[in-house]
Amino acid sequence: MELPSKHITEAVEQLATLPGIGRKTALRLALHLLKQNKDEVERFAGSFINMRNKIQFCRSCHNISDNEICSICNNPKRNKKFICVVEDMRDVIAIENTRQFFGIYHVLGGIISPVDGIGPSDLNIDSLVEKVQKGEVNEIVLALSTTMEGDTTNYYLFKRLKEFNISISTIARGVAVGDDLEYTDELTLGKSILNRIPYENSFVKS
Amino acid sequence: MFLKKISLFNFKNYSEAQFDFSEDINCFSGNNGVGKTNLLDAIHYLSFCKSYFNSTDYLNIRHGSDFFILQGDFVNESKEETIYCSASINQRKIFKKNKKEYSRLSEHIGLFPSVVISPEDTNLIHEGSRARRKFLDSVISQFNKTYLENLINYNKALEQRDALLKNFAESGKFDLSSLLIWNKPLIENGDEIYQKRKEFLKIFIPVFQKYFKIISGGAEPVSLDYQSGLNQNSLQTLLDETIIADRNAQRTTSGIHKDDLIFKLGGHPLKTIGSQGQQKSFIIAMKLAQFECIKEIKKFCPILLLDDIFDKLDHNRINSLMNLVSTHHFGQIFITNTEEKKIREIFKKIKIDLKLFKIGENKNET
Ligand SMILES: [Zn+2]
Repeated sequence: MELPSKHITEAVEQLATLPGIGRKTALRLALHLLKQNKDEVERFAGSFINMRNKIQFCRSCHNISDNEICSICNNPKRNKKFICVVEDMRDVIAIENTRQFFGIYHVLGGIISPVDGIGPSDLNIDSLVEKVQKGEVNEIVLALSTTMEGDTTNYYLFKRLKEFNISISTIARGVAVGDDLEYTDELTLGKSILNRIPYENSFVKS
Repeated sequence: MFLKKISLFNFKNYSEAQFDFSEDINCFSGNNGVGKTNLLDAIHYLSFCKSYFNSTDYLNIRHGSDFFILQGDFVNESKEETIYCSASINQRKIFKKNKKEYSRLSEHIGLFPSVVISPEDTNLIHEGSRARRKFLDSVISQFNKTYLENLINYNKALEQRDALLKNFAESGKFDLSSLLIWNKPLIENGDEIYQKRKEFLKIFIPVFQKYFKIISGGAEPVSLDYQSGLNQNSLQTLLDETIIADRNAQRTTSGIHKDDLIFKLGGHPLKTIGSQGQQKSFIIAMKLAQFECIKEIKKFCPILLLDDIFDKLDHNRINSLMNLVSTHHFGQIFITNTEEKKIREIFKKIKIDLKLFKIGENKNET
């Protein structure tokens, strides 16, 4: 696609780096922005810079946070010795909506998937193991998506954590295989967390 | 179960077409290239969520368009079910039953099973083991949903493990523990797949041998030998033993994705010893056995799709096949044929009514 301005080319190329945006759509978006007032565009672009600069990841659980420690980890009513391991922020929101969980989270930032170039060292796994090593944890519930990759990540975590004297469980499988946590309705998810099963027993095929 | 009606929109060479079918035998006649086989393939697509011939969905879109739509009205125990399918160049394909979209295609597979007999099936004999595994998998998947789940998960785990082996080779770093975690899903699903394949073949082989005898009229013994590394060792042992080989090959070299079926005629490989006629009989017997096994398990007849076989088979084989059709209960059948006269004669002889569609003469198709 030959464009009449190198500035447009640059903008199109940047927009096209977003997931699900092809060059055609990127051009449409760029032309749309060109029609806007200058300060409107400035506010638009500024919001991303602001977001990226000001948002931090909680030092304790790696969830997105406005402060060094997020509001969940900072809440004195939450049980810091009970950790729910999830893939990303969307899972935290889903589980918080159930109002059934009063521990804290640990956000891995993804699941192990060599196809996508993601190995254990690309995820927030070492910091979880460290926490456990220091004796800061009594119980861990693994709440990763019930896909084959989610299961395998659970298995990896279990292997890393089993030598410590803590109880490890997974959420009960009311959820069909292949469904992501995000799409599970709140009731089932809440139930799943209450009826969590010890990890070793979860091997038994239903 | 039968297909009452089908509508095609931009599917292969059809811009727009509609057909009302007979519950028994339907025949599509017309010259080569008018789209008889494409119509059969549309029926297969509704049954199996994919084409029998093109594994890439967009290749089924009519030239110059960017999407196709298929809709089929099936009747199942006097209940009507509408299956809708659309696929486009840019978006994922959509499958709906009674206007409700399936969350996964595997929910659909097996609801309206079908069996195809086509001249292309000789690839089962001549191509690599992949074609034969695909045959086995597609048959078992039609009546066993967990098998299909196992297969999908096994293939995903395999893809991940292979990607990891490739990463190791490229980065020069090897980490055994992150490789071994993929053995778990491979073993969990692979063991199940192996057991199911073995159990299925136990039932399938005698039925196949029965049909081969009927069609060929011959007394020569035929067999299908299931070849799998798991016949001798557990998958755990195999994976442990091939770690070095896997690292060198940069992919997983043992497992049920290496299984094969060995076709034998009189104790020798069919591929080298069988005549063309014997090879065709072999394949048709396999397909008829597939039909019977699905029928036994599902307690209803799958749809039978016969592509071009009257043109390609000799007189004797057609006769024995037609005797089968007339004496056994086969449910709904679709047949493609170039010569209308020939097909009318065959069916007159066995006293079965058929509904004839002349493809390429209606103006509702191109
Ligand atoms: Zn936190």
